[in-house]
Amino acid sequence: MDTRVTIAGVELKNPVMTASGTFGSGQEYGEFVDLNQLGAVVTKGVANVPWEGNPTPRIAEVHGGMMNAIGLQNPGIDVFCKRDIPYLKQFDTKIIVNVCGHSPEEYLEVVERLSDEPIDMMEINISCPNVNAGFLAFGQDAGNVEKLTAQIKKIAGRPIIMKLTPNVTDITEIARAAEAGGADALSLINTLTGMQIDVERRTFSVANKTGGVSGPAVKPIAVRMVYQVANAVKVPVIGMGGIATAEDALEFILAGATAVAVGTANFYNPRATIEVAEGIKDYMRRHKVEKLTELIGIVNAHA
Amino acid sequence: MACKFKRTAAIVSQECLLPGIFSMWLEAGEIAKEAVPGQFISMYTKDKSKLLPRPISLCEIDKEKGFLRVVYRVTGKDTGTEQFSRMVKGDTIEIMGPLGNGFPLDAGKGRKAFLIGGGIGVPPMLELAKQLDGEKQLIMGYRDKQFLTEEFEQNGAFYLATEDGSAGTKGNVLDAIRENSLTADIIYACGPSPMLRAIKRYAEEKQIVCYVSMEEHMACGIGACLACVCKSKEVDGHSHVHNKRVCKDGPVFLSTEVEI
Ligand SMILES: Cc1cc2nc3c(=O)[nH]c(=O)nc-3n(C[C@H](O)[C@H](O)[C@H](O)COP(=O)(O)OP(=O)(O)OC[C@H]3O[C@@H](n4cnc5c(N)ncnc54)[C@H](O)[C@@H]3O)c2cc1C
Ligand SMILES: Cc1cc2nc3c(=O)[nH]c(=O)nc-3n(C[C@H](O)[C@H](O)[C@H](O)COP(=O)(O)O)c2cc1C
Ligand code: FES
Repeated sequence: MDTRVTIAGVELKNPVMTASGTFGSGQEYGEFVDLNQLGAVVTKGVANVPWEGNPTPRIAEVHGGMMNAIGLQNPGIDVFCKRDIPYLKQFDTKIIVNVCGHSPEEYLEVVERLSDEPIDMMEINISCPNVNAGFLAFGQDAGNVEKLTAQIKKIAGRPIIMKLTPNVTDITEIARAAEAGGADALSLINTLTGMQIDVERRTFSVANKTGGVSGPAVKPIAVRMVYQVANAVKVPVIGMGGIATAEDALEFILAGATAVAVGTANFYNPRATIEVAEGIKDYMRRHKVEKLTELIGIVNAHA
Repeated sequence: MACKFKRTAAIVSQECLLPGIFSMWLEAGEIAKEAVPGQFISMYTKDKSKLLPRPISLCEIDKEKGFLRVVYRVTGKDTGTEQFSRMVKGDTIEIMGPLGNGFPLDAGKGRKAFLIGGGIGVPPMLELAKQLDGEKQLIMGYRDKQFLTEEFEQNGAFYLATEDGSAGTKGNVLDAIRENSLTADIIYACGPSPMLRAIKRYAEEKQIVCYVSMEEHMACGIGACLACVCKSKEVDGHSHVHNKRVCKDGPVFLSTEVEI
């Protein structure tokens, strides 16, 4: 049985990754998960300098999911390169570093630093507000996405994954723009902007007022978007949004994802990634699937 | 590295102490063996619509039997804690722990200590009272009705404050300290923020070392998601800003270290 998948020339032993921001850089989960068994570890977003993040409360529970407004707190690229990359290098897994910024210059500074580091890929979080464009997220404007992707691609020196925000009218337009800019792969979905009001306290549940909704509640939206994007571009797609079980992951794969990421589920099941990877193998055994790649996008063939 | 476990725990017993306040003993095996006072566990509901953990402090630890006791408040209708309160002996629950740092026992060894609890911050003071080796003055504040008082009486000099004056000193825990002219060289405290803020101020005025147990909303409970931060004086170990994680760097902090 062959669970390997390849994204932009990088071969993963299985299609299961961690979703950025839900797994730190792996240290905290090391007690629960053998990182060697993961296809890749995707780290928490890192910026050119440390970010303080948002005031608390930063999270709230929503029906079947959660809402977060962490505000991308991170130690900045210096500490990250010194501490987190060497930690992850001890394991036989691929390292994908998620990058955030407020301006093209900030993204480029981080990407340039990472271009010399022993990592496998970069994932660019374009859900961040662009200070030069009235705080509209980079990922909400196709023109900006194509330009930023091209600028990053030029200096990255390794494959780049553009991580798409679902908070747009037509996600395929953004996906095509990223592909046109030279993205090697696309990942989606980031969180859906939401709001929850605590009626007893008569205020917002999270201090930031709005937060990103994730977890099982968003899965049908994520599967739909992954399906649309996989059918709109040629580059591989990494699917995420509410994956907690192997069946969830397989929905994304059948819809066209080459790999998948597990996010919010880590919080209530620290072994979720491993259980998803094992469950995919069980499914392959049950359905006599030799190569996982045979399953990618085949829902179309059955339609 | 401290060991943490995620496991299914059987409920050994559950008892309603007061309307809305429940006491549950759990068979928690290795979690109980590793636990120290002031640590907490994440408790998960069986309800797939309520996915996040409920962090609950350890009220008692029975290492021999591998049992843990939690005492918790049901916060409202259709909450996770309400679901816990309906569980009975033999039911099972997912838990993770032991989490957080716990109260430093060495700091209080042989010293004259205040152990202060307020409201639903009272429970963790019980195991601390049992394990702390020093002169213990247990000062517990309640709105009106009291719980765990008999257990406290057996583990130190017990003082009581109630807001409505129905028992002990009328007022808050600091009123009880003043009314009884109590003094200490170290303070351990857990309770609502206004109480912790007042104790922090008191400790600074009197120049007493003071440890407070903080609360914040949590998702991972193990230091990965950065949901549960509090403003700290020192730079934190994770992001090198001033945001210590209540779940991992805490929940117990020096009062001078954190903004309350
Ligand atoms: C370290 C720590 C120790 C605690 N120890 C105790 C204890 O021993 N006994 C006790 O009764 N309570 C304790 N609490 C508070 C307890 O965690 C909350 O009352 C509980 O999570 C509320 O959940 P619910 O299902 O009743 O409410 P819901 O409204 O269903 O909760 C919704 C979400 O908000 C979170 N939440 C709501 N209130 C709080 C809060 N005050 N702190 C953190 N998260 C919250 C819940 O965990 C859940 O994710 C502690 C909190 C912390 C951080
Ligand atoms: C607490 C939290 C923090 C996150 N941080 C990041 C981040 O730093 N960068 C990023 O690109 N996405 C971040 N995300 C989004 C996730 O990586 C993922 O895209 C999203 O949560 C959907 O997957 P899920 O439903 O499995 O969680 C975060 C999500 C959560 C819940
Ligand atoms: S709850 Fe995730 S860091 Fe504390």
